[in-house]
Amino acid sequence: MADMAVHHAQPKEFQHQFEDMAQQRDAGTFGMWVFLVTEIMFFGGLFGAYIIYRSLYLPSFEIGSRLLKVDFGATNTVILIASSLTMALSIYAAHINKKNLQVLFLALTMLLGGIFLFLKFAFEWTADYHEHLIPGLGFIVRPEWGAAGSHVPMFFCFYFFMTGLHALHMIIGFVILAVLLVMAWRGRFHSEYYAPLESTGLYWHFVDIVWIFLFPLLYLIGGRYVIGGGH
Amino acid sequence: MSDYLVPVKTYLLVFFGLLILTGLTTGVAFIDLGAEFNTIVALTIAVVKALLVILFFMHVKYSGGLTKMVIVAGFFFLALLIAFTLADELTRNWSPQVHGWSTLIAPLRIWF
Repeated sequence: MADMAVHHAQPKEFQHQFEDMAQQRDAGTFGMWVFLVTEIMFFGGLFGAYIIYRSLYLPSFEIGSRLLKVDFGATNTVILIASSLTMALSIYAAHINKKNLQVLFLALTMLLGGIFLFLKFAFEWTADYHEHLIPGLGFIVRPEWGAAGSHVPMFFCFYFFMTGLHALHMIIGFVILAVLLVMAWRGRFHSEYYAPLESTGLYWHFVDIVWIFLFPLLYLIGGRYVIGGGH
Repeated sequence: MSDYLVPVKTYLLVFFGLLILTGLTTGVAFIDLGAEFNTIVALTIAVVKALLVILFFMHVKYSGGLTKMVIVAGFFFLALLIAFTLADELTRNWSPQVHGWSTLIAPLRIWF
C-alpha cells in the first residue's frame, strides 16, 4: 500500500480501524455525545414531569421551593462550576504534556465534587430530614400551608429524585475520575492521546449543566421575594 | 477539526462569567419582577450558562458539524417531549365539558 508510510508515525494508542488520530478523537467525542443525548432524554423525562406538575399545583410547589436551603444550592452551584473549570484545565494539561498539572487538576475536580456531595448529604438533606421534609421518612404537612399543603410532598418527591439522580451521576463521575487519576499518575495521557479524559470531561460538564437547570427550577423560581419566604 | 487548544484565558473568562451569572440569578430571585418574569429571567440565565459550558468547556464551538448536529437533535427531541406534553395538558379544558348523554336526551324521555 502506497499510503502505509503515512501511518508509521502514529502513537501506540492508535486503533487500526481509523484513518488517523484526529478521526479517532472525533469518533470518540461523537460517541460520547450520542450517550449524552440519551442522558438528556433520561433527565428530560423528570424535567418534563416537573414542569407539568408545577403548572398543576403551583402554590404547593412554591411553598416547597421556599423551604429549600438556597444558600447551600448557590454554594454548590459555584463549587460545581469550579470543578468544571478544573476538569477542563486537566485536559488542557494533558494537551501540553504536563503530567503533574493533569494529576493536580483531576484531584481538585474530585475534591470539589466530593465537597458538593458532602454539603448535599451531610448538611442539606440532613436538615431536610430534621425538618420532616422527606416524603416517606416522617414527612409532616404543616397547618400554615393550608389547602396547598396536600401537594407539598409531591414537590419534595421531585426534589429528592432529581437531585438524587444528579448526585448518583456525580458519584459515578467521582469513581471514573479516581481511575483517571491513577492513569494520569502513570503517565498514560499525553498530547496525542487523552480520549478518556476528554470523554469524562464531557460527562462531568453534562452533570454540571443538569445542576445549572436544577438550581433555578427547584430553588429559585418559587417566589422567594415573598416576605418571610427566604430561608 | 478536533486538534484545537483552547487558551486558559478563555476557560477563566467563561468561569468568571458563570460565577457572575450564578450570583445574578440568585440575587434576582429575591426581587419581585412581577407576573412570570422571575421564571423567565431565571431560565434565560440558566440557558446562557448551559451554552457557555457546552460551547467552551465541552469544546463544541471547535467541534465538527456531525457532533453539533447530534447535540441540536438531542435538545430538539427534549423540546418535543416538553412542548407536546404541555400542549396536551394545558389545553384539556379548552373544549366544552361533556355532561353525558342522559341529560341531553332527558326531554325525549316522554317518547320511550
